[in-house]
Amino acid sequence: MTSSDAPAKSSTTSATAYDAIVIGAGHNGLAAAAKLGRSGRRVLVLEAANAPGGAARGREFAPGFRSAGLPHLINRLDPEVARDLGLSLSATPGHAMPTAVLDGMNEPAVLRGAYGETIDGVSAEEAAAFGRLRDKLAFQAGILKRFLRRPPPQLGAIGIGDVSTLMAAGFGLIRKGRAEGRDFLRMLLMNVADVAEEYLDDDRLKGLLSFDATLGIHLGPRSPTSLLGLYYRLTGEVDGKSGGQFIPDGGMAAVAPAFLKAAEGAGVIIRCGARVGRILADRGSTRGVVLADGSELTAPVVVSAIHPQATFLHLVDPAETGTGFLRAIRHVRTAGNVAKLDLALSRMPNFTGLTGRDHAGRIVIARSMAHVEEAFNPAKYGEFSQDPVMEIVLPSLADASLAPDGACTLSALVQYAPYRLRQGWETGKPAFLKIVLDILERHAPGIGRTVVAADLSTPVDIEAEYNLPGGHWHHGELQADQLLINRPTGAASGYATPIEGLYLASAGAHPGGGISGLAGWNAARHILAGGSR
Amino acid sequence: MNALTKPLNATEARRAARNHILTPRLETPFHPRLAALDVVNDWYNWAGYKAPHSIFDEELEYFAIRSTAALFDISPMVKYRIKGYDAERYLNRLTLRDVRKLAVNRIHYTAWCDDHGHVLDDGTLFRLGEQDFRLCCQERHLPWLLDSAFGFDVEIFEETEEIAGLALQGPTSHAVLAEAGFAGTERLKPFDIATFPHDGGPGCSAVTISRTGFTGDLGYELFVPRAAALSLWDRLWAAGAEHGIRAIGYSALNRTRIEAGFIVANADFVTAEGALRADRVRLPDEIGLDWLVDPDKPSFNGRRAILDARRNQSLKHILVGLEIEGNIAAEHAIVYHRGKREVGLVTAATWSPTAKRNIAIASLERPYGTKFVDDLWVEIYAMRELKYQKMMKRAKVVPRPFVKLARRTATPPGLR
Repeated sequence: MTSSDAPAKSSTTSATAYDAIVIGAGHNGLAAAAKLGRSGRRVLVLEAANAPGGAARGREFAPGFRSAGLPHLINRLDPEVARDLGLSLSATPGHAMPTAVLDGMNEPAVLRGAYGETIDGVSAEEAAAFGRLRDKLAFQAGILKRFLRRPPPQLGAIGIGDVSTLMAAGFGLIRKGRAEGRDFLRMLLMNVADVAEEYLDDDRLKGLLSFDATLGIHLGPRSPTSLLGLYYRLTGEVDGKSGGQFIPDGGMAAVAPAFLKAAEGAGVIIRCGARVGRILADRGSTRGVVLADGSELTAPVVVSAIHPQATFLHLVDPAETGTGFLRAIRHVRTAGNVAKLDLALSRMPNFTGLTGRDHAGRIVIARSMAHVEEAFNPAKYGEFSQDPVMEIVLPSLADASLAPDGACTLSALVQYAPYRLRQGWETGKPAFLKIVLDILERHAPGIGRTVVAADLSTPVDIEAEYNLPGGHWHHGELQADQLLINRPTGAASGYATPIEGLYLASAGAHPGGGISGLAGWNAARHILAGGSR
Repeated sequence: MNALTKPLNATEARRAARNHILTPRLETPFHPRLAALDVVNDWYNWAGYKAPHSIFDEELEYFAIRSTAALFDISPMVKYRIKGYDAERYLNRLTLRDVRKLAVNRIHYTAWCDDHGHVLDDGTLFRLGEQDFRLCCQERHLPWLLDSAFGFDVEIFEETEEIAGLALQGPTSHAVLAEAGFAGTERLKPFDIATFPHDGGPGCSAVTISRTGFTGDLGYELFVPRAAALSLWDRLWAAGAEHGIRAIGYSALNRTRIEAGFIVANADFVTAEGALRADRVRLPDEIGLDWLVDPDKPSFNGRRAILDARRNQSLKHILVGLEIEGNIAAEHAIVYHRGKREVGLVTAATWSPTAKRNIAIASLERPYGTKFVDDLWVEIYAMRELKYQKMMKRAKVVPRPFVKLARRTATPPGLR
């Protein structure tokens, strides 16, 4: 159903008046707009950049070489969101993306299927042990997953839906017996290192779990609660199986257009190059926005699908929110830790020990749990890792249009690269880039000679490019104190905010980051349900 | 041995570092004069300062306020200075009343709340200039004030120590000012501010005088830089000789403020940041400050919570004035309905010599004090030679102030 065959609910036909204005055409903003548009509302999306897509906005980083943006694979697109919005993002069936773990000494451990249904390069016993751990974690993640598709419960206003979700989680927990329930409560706030040690011997597998649990989070594998990051990853599913990942047909460059199509199909108007200067608010309620060029657009509902700090520290007059609220928003921990490397290569690299086909998968460089932990140590003190860990994808293998014929692109998420680097990123960046390139050379000998261009985006660069405070792509740390009823902070954790009519819909809202579409979709559903605070 | 201790030997250094223990209570700029006049030596701690409960006789000090002129040292009152382009907008967001309506050289009584509408403190806001304000209050709030400044072009600092303050209260207070040569004070209306020449030594040539006070009487408050404090005291003291001027302590002042129906933070209500127990915090409407809340002005801290509580009728308490039979002060007595059901607590009480009534300020649990105002009783425990004499006394809800004096607002004020 599109807006053309739905009864228009607009009470006004003015060119500057809408039923809802969405700020930010990232995937969450577009998901929210699409959902709202399909209800027949007149929806306008305002995007500051010249193209939609947010962090999944592509760019040319060297002549003839394109990057599809920050994310280089999909591992948590919510199937319900995809179905509801009619997103055509899928991989060719049977091509679940493998994960190869490289340690530079042994042959790679290659996990196939959804998070290692089979594993090459490790003993059969080790693969079986990994399977047991994976099943347990997937079961536990499944319990947590129930909470992702609905707004977090609001303290003091717990509804029937909240109770039923809690009860369902409780039943889910005891479904497998009391021992499993007890084990869940035991493990929930553990660190990933101790859990991995309980089940595994292989350093590469322990390194992988450590890496996956901490990617994008300011924690090391031995930090308390680091297992939450792994749960979070395992709440994502591909083809109904938790822990998988894929690059959609057409490559990651197809992500933004898919959301765009869903929004446009719902009759949503999208204006790029339209930076919002101010969210209009008076005595606690909003009535629209003023663009940077001074033009005023009105709507009773404003959905901010940008970082909560960008929303409340820059767009809303501080006089319109409470001192305590603003204090909490300012204290949201949102210092990024990941650098994004885009390499333009004259030909395809050859990672030692990896078959040609597995180069199309995900390649993780993490020797061991200790490697990840030691990479984290300097980040605690404002320094980058001397021996960083990383996740590598060769995007041009899935989307040939990203590189000239015969050439190749490489995308790597490298951590730890703290936003507040003590020496400053001006001098830090070339030093860190050299370290990363040296590591790549060790694992793919000869790659250095094929580098046509190297573009490293530090958290500071990411902040500037994507208007992401702290350069944190989750719009705030995904840690226990910033989840659920505390995301981004208590008084704005249910999508509604202290400003009536203003809603949050970015990764800074529940349930957080990654290309899931849930934050935007949940926010829109909440608004459609009445949008109460 | 480290660099710090090098110039001194270790013992000297240790002694130098602990000098503060010699003055566990700070002395106010007027302390030398107060100490010289003091005969009862009854001091208490007011916000870290040594302050007198009484100077010579509480009863006579009370009558100095109501019959002649009383000088009360208000230097320990916490004072913040707020300046800058956004000062008005900042204070409008911080406090309950509309600061846009506060003219230069005017003062208003106001209060401020946290996000939940719970009162953090009450106080007076002085508009000294278009972009220059002084906020006076009971408790310290610098972190809150600074956090509230995010996004505003303002400069905020505490000036409690730098500014000395004196309250001159009573029917002859204006006569004292006139006698002291402050020409033009007769033109000051209640809540007006003006500056007057005063030779307070280097760096001080003026005194700021406002027609304000905490007694419900004719009265003024005078502010000077710390260094000019004693010269100001001496000028008033000399001028007051013929007008019955007396130095007073807090006990006498407290009786007059109860008569005037004024409340004191952390005496009549618990401030939101000071409360340890979740149910002790109060919305403005629960402590008689509903009249300060201006829903029509731009947004302010606590606005939504206060208006929601009004709309949802979820206000839990009410502050009332009580008139109690008999003449025994009912301080901290429990209030009962029909002599049985506990419905509240008296937070301040006194026998009012001026009203000739036994008066009290009490906090009641709604609907007592709103719907049910009859058949209220207070239980007074009077210690009589190691035995409590328990009295159940009838109490009646009455309007505040208990004492209303025409001279408080008469302009020009009388000279006798």
